[in-house]
Amino acid sequence: MATHEHDHDHDHDHGSELSEMQLRVRALETILTEKGYVDPAALDAIVETYETKIGPRNGARVVAKAWTDPAFKKALLDDASKAIGTLGRVGDHLIAVENTPQRHNMVVCTLCSCYPWEMLGLPPVWYKAAPYRSRAVKDPRGVLADFGVSLPKETEIRVWDSTAETRFLVLPMRPAGTEGWSEEQLAAIVTRDSMIGTGLPKVLS
Amino acid sequence: MNGVHDMGGMDGFGKVEVEPNEPTFHHPWEGRVMAMVRAMGANGGLNIDMQRFSRESIPPAVYLSSSYYKKWFLGLMRTLLDRKLVGADEVAAGHSLHKSPPLPRGTFGVKDVERVKTRGSFQRDVANPPAFKVGDKVRMKNINPPTHTRLPRYVRGHVGTIERINGSHVFPDSYAHGGGENPQWLYTVVFSAAELWGADADATVKVSVDAFEPYLDHDR
Repeated sequence: MATHEHDHDHDHDHGSELSEMQLRVRALETILTEKGYVDPAALDAIVETYETKIGPRNGARVVAKAWTDPAFKKALLDDASKAIGTLGRVGDHLIAVENTPQRHNMVVCTLCSCYPWEMLGLPPVWYKAAPYRSRAVKDPRGVLADFGVSLPKETEIRVWDSTAETRFLVLPMRPAGTEGWSEEQLAAIVTRDSMIGTGLPKVLS
Repeated sequence: MNGVHDMGGMDGFGKVEVEPNEPTFHHPWEGRVMAMVRAMGANGGLNIDMQRFSRESIPPAVYLSSSYYKKWFLGLMRTLLDRKLVGADEVAAGHSLHKSPPLPRGTFGVKDVERVKTRGSFQRDVANPPAFKVGDKVRMKNINPPTHTRLPRYVRGHVGTIERINGSHVFPDSYAHGGGENPQWLYTVVFSAAELWGADADATVKVSVDAFEPYLDHDR
């Protein structure tokens, strides 16, 4: 595996895995295309959308707006789908959960990989993998330590397991020292992980 | 089903490994799989709960040793074969060999891409009012269906509190298996860590799941 050019292919045992999967996937796409079920150009467009258009920047803009606009923040916490719908399209049943000095929120999908795609893009590998899915609900402080995050021991940790079609977006706390910043400046410090609850916004010193 | 996918509370998987600057896809085929799954859902070929059940049905040893999108591929293939949209002979040949049933919404084309950028809605009206209200104590049923369910094992039999009522939604346990949408009320139920993991658990931790009404009993 060490000489393999793709270190992050998680099918570690077979050097030929990549080409085998490529062939199998291509064959299936051919079949579905020949049957008239899909147009390959439409598949191209979906891939391009998630590679270039839908990602954590979407969520970061929402968080930055909530930090600067109290009315928007209230609307977001009341009904996130409706509030974000005023900025652009979003699906139903998005719930925004607010971090406070008393409570830290963290989101997981123990059964698979439910994740707010429209806000954060496609989930990273760790979010979909066994270590996070197994431990987040039993040892969230240990998981946070894996991310280098340490919270006061009296802080409540609330874990949201996404087991239905509801989706969760964490609204992190606005860091001290950002008074007077513009929405654009604020959005730049809102990391993906801070909106999952495994990180905190990053203020560069 | 009590599959290996139901991982909440399991030990032994090690630390969370974060990949810095992770790309959206690690190989081009992963993007094609994701796009095919989205497209075949949007054109009516399969639904999300069928897909989930197919992935959960991957044998445990294969599930644990396969990458995420390989699981998606295996699940997609199984769903297509089960629904007779694709034949095993066609998979072997790598081409369409016979006529397959038309799909409810026809070919997934470029004009349909905009639609899949937004999550579909699973909210459906039901005639009955919710059986539980915010603040109610509820005991999660001890159910162990061999079929699809969204009630994870680690909460079964445990007592929690209704925190939110999230409307009424398509019931995955039915929808995965041709039982129609059969919509049900959906609740956020919150548990103390001690209730789930025992007296030694971190007293500052609370965990919630989103649970459909058929999963719940009043705790009296």
